[in-house]
Amino acid sequence: MSHSPVLALPAETGWTRFSNFWSDFRQSPVAVAALTVVVVVVLMAVLAPYVAPQDPYNQEALDLFDARLEPGEVGSGGYVHWLGTDAAGRDIFSAILYGLRTSLIVGVMAGTLALILGTTVGLIAAYYGGRVEALIMRIIDLQLSLPAILLALVLVAMLGQGLMQLVAALVAAQYAYFARTTHGAASAERRKDYIEAALSTPLPARHVLFRHLLPNALPPLIVVATVQVANSIALEATLSFLGLGLPLTQPSLGSLISNGFQFLLSGRYWISIYPGIALMLTVVAINLVGDQVRNVLNPRRSR
Amino acid sequence: MIGFLIQRVLQALMVVIAMSIIVFLGVYAIGNPIDVMIDPASDQALREALIQRYGFDRPLFEQYFIFMNNMLHGDLGESFIYRLPVLNLILSRLPATLELALTAMLIATLLGIPLGLWAGYKPDSLSAKAIMGFSVLGFSVPSFWVGLLLIMVFAVELGWFPSGGRGPTTEVLGMNLSITSLEGWSYILLPAFNLALFKLGLLIRLTRAGTVEVMGSDYVRFARAQGLSEGKVVGLHVLKNISIPIVTVFGLELGSTLAFAVVTETVFNWPGMGKLIIDSITVLDRPVMVAYLILVVFLFVMINLVVDLIYGQLDPRIRVKAAS
Amino acid sequence: MSDAVLRVNNLQTQFETRGGVLKAVDGVSFEVGRGRILGLVGESGSGKSVTGYSILGLIEAPGRIAGGEVLLNGKDITRLRGDAMRQVRGAQIAMVFQDPMMTLNPVLKIGTQMIAAVRAHDKVSRKAARARARDALAKVGIPSPEERLDAYPHQLSGGMRQRVAIAIALLHSPAVIIADEPTTALDVSIQGQILAEVRRLADETGTAFVWVTHDLAVVSSLADDICVMYAGRVVESGPAADVIASPRHPYTAGLLASVPAEHEPGTKLPQVPGSTPSLANLPQGCAFAPRCAKAGPACTTTPPVQQFEDGRTALCHYPIEPVSCQPLSLTSTTYRSAS
Repeated sequence: MSHSPVLALPAETGWTRFSNFWSDFRQSPVAVAALTVVVVVVLMAVLAPYVAPQDPYNQEALDLFDARLEPGEVGSGGYVHWLGTDAAGRDIFSAILYGLRTSLIVGVMAGTLALILGTTVGLIAAYYGGRVEALIMRIIDLQLSLPAILLALVLVAMLGQGLMQLVAALVAAQYAYFARTTHGAASAERRKDYIEAALSTPLPARHVLFRHLLPNALPPLIVVATVQVANSIALEATLSFLGLGLPLTQPSLGSLISNGFQFLLSGRYWISIYPGIALMLTVVAINLVGDQVRNVLNPRRSR
Repeated sequence: MIGFLIQRVLQALMVVIAMSIIVFLGVYAIGNPIDVMIDPASDQALREALIQRYGFDRPLFEQYFIFMNNMLHGDLGESFIYRLPVLNLILSRLPATLELALTAMLIATLLGIPLGLWAGYKPDSLSAKAIMGFSVLGFSVPSFWVGLLLIMVFAVELGWFPSGGRGPTTEVLGMNLSITSLEGWSYILLPAFNLALFKLGLLIRLTRAGTVEVMGSDYVRFARAQGLSEGKVVGLHVLKNISIPIVTVFGLELGSTLAFAVVTETVFNWPGMGKLIIDSITVLDRPVMVAYLILVVFLFVMINLVVDLIYGQLDPRIRVKAAS
Repeated sequence: MSDAVLRVNNLQTQFETRGGVLKAVDGVSFEVGRGRILGLVGESGSGKSVTGYSILGLIEAPGRIAGGEVLLNGKDITRLRGDAMRQVRGAQIAMVFQDPMMTLNPVLKIGTQMIAAVRAHDKVSRKAARARARDALAKVGIPSPEERLDAYPHQLSGGMRQRVAIAIALLHSPAVIIADEPTTALDVSIQGQILAEVRRLADETGTAFVWVTHDLAVVSSLADDICVMYAGRVVESGPAADVIASPRHPYTAGLLASVPAEHEPGTKLPQVPGSTPSLANLPQGCAFAPRCAKAGPACTTTPPVQQFEDGRTALCHYPIEPVSCQPLSLTSTTYRSAS
């Protein structure tokens, strides 16, 4: 296959490609279930203000009489707290919806920024080649050999706490995966004759970059992006749990779990277990979707 | 071989130096550590004296060189909070972390390799699919959350294990260890299993992939055609072939296990290095932060180096390449 | 020939697939005598390799032996299971595979692999096993065998590795060795040495060989007898020299015509038209009929096994009449024994 992928495009429209993709994706019932979970989670997070019975961060709406209600009890608000309440009288179900919102925002934001940064770095390395490539990829490899949690710790230690600092730490810990993926796919394409030919014509560099190199890197990038969003959410939750992530005024699922941890030993399991279940479902579902996307986009690598 | 060794050692050294610069500048360039050390209400003279003492009035690169010079002499500074030499502080916590990390690796290996072998030997069986499902959970579910579940089920509900802490220790070769007593094991088992889960998932996947590949190879068919028993086929051919990637990952993951111990130690209140660094970050105890990060990176790089060397010993094909 | 060490009777091997049952081996019969070499010839997909694996019971799911028998010294081994079958493999029937680059484990020393092969059947000490391994290497013409035992496969050439594989097959002096295209991956000169070695071993040790190959030139120079397979069936069999001199089945004739050595330079090389049919949709009757120049109306029914007076058979409605021209050879050398 030495022809340009751009030439192959007009033959199949975006729609037929999507429907082909979908009919392959559907083959795994587990993946379809996981996708359903992801869609529901995203919808709940987006619609949190309309779905949640309570705004958990409006201090005035909270009533200390409602503190630590067990799941299913009715509070002073007159509605059932299906998942119980925490020490401040927050409805856990509402807190989870709002927490999901924060977690998803952080995860998607970090994932997107890491995607942009990593893809750019990877493309630059593949496009220029030579010493630029060697230097960049050496740094990327070194970074990948260090665990993400360690890098995130360093950055949080350096930058302090807060939403933006957290996103920066996550991006720094994860962009390298995108860079290596992009570089791998793009540099394989870069070596092909037609790119050499295109480079010898007065076509602008961006034409080669965006019409030839980037499209080849897209399928693996989609897979990495899916998995990295899940990883961002998990890493954010971990940092928040460690007390290094978001402050309790902007709680994510991680800080909710951390908040309930102290009550776990006294048997008030619901304060941290339910947010934890929400976190687990979200992360596992995204991972399963990512797995199936990988299988569909690259059938050779499955099994 | 010597040239290869020197090259790898130099590379490792570069990484450590680069990381030390980044960490030092990053941690020291932001904020004013003096504010953490003393009461903001204390008088200016005391403040000046401290700034002088810790050298905060000098240019950053000078501070860095002083720091590195001291480090080479085994002096990593003094904790702002504990008022103890950082090196002693970290070293006193090291045995607990090492013990936890090594126990976790042991659990991951003892469970992961047999499970992975089985899943790869009978890839279509129901049990193999269950094992693979478990391994997916093992590395996609955040480990702190699994730790909470373990505490809830095995400590709170069933009461089989204590919910946290380290329990009694005995001194062995100057290190305090808890794996020397049965009671110590009851404390270490849950956190070690928690820490092991991620590696367990990874090892199962790797072992399975390697087993599937080897079982489908011509040389396994040839071995069967020679009348080798299935046990011998797995024990001789499969184990030897998968030992290469497994040793690599085992080595690399030992480093990341040390790093991830941060999470497990916090969940289980295990008094190791990880707990120390989290506490230090929260109270901005910079010397401890810097020393810990540089130490972990150093450990990490050393482990990678050793793994590279072992890898060369295990795979004859690599050995030839390195020699020529 | 009642002295056959290996007799295959109406062997059937089938693969269950989503598209139905594939009959990879469909009623194959042949026999090999002591010290004789049988060439099992066919294109890829003809079922010749599957036949080899079936004899050793090495067919893996979704494949299975659906019928027939494999008689080793008169005893049916298709019914053996588990350890009983394992004791036959390597000890009484051994196998040599096609690609010597792949059949030896790259991360184990030659010695380790050979010692394991010895001890699979004989409970001897490592030292004794090593001595036997060394002797086996010497027997197949490997120089300084002691050093080779400590070598890794990648340190040996392809031809050396195939000799090692043959040495392993010989370790227990088996009655039969099944060789699946063992020289296909080798240079022609190396191939010649190995063929000569195999002929010598067959004559000296009395081991019978089933030589699976697509290469008629190899068979013509090595084999005593030939079985030509097509789409899972034996279409022609008989003494190698006779079959090559005067094929009775149109398919064999077509194969022979397309051997370059046989052909006058400068003219177009004839080919068997069409390609090997897929086992999933074989035509009714004779599977070769669609590609056959001689096909007639009867070919839509299953052809009979025609028995000829000289011990030859052909699976054909319209066999070719024997020609009485002088015997020809496909190569300048022949490894066939004088017998």
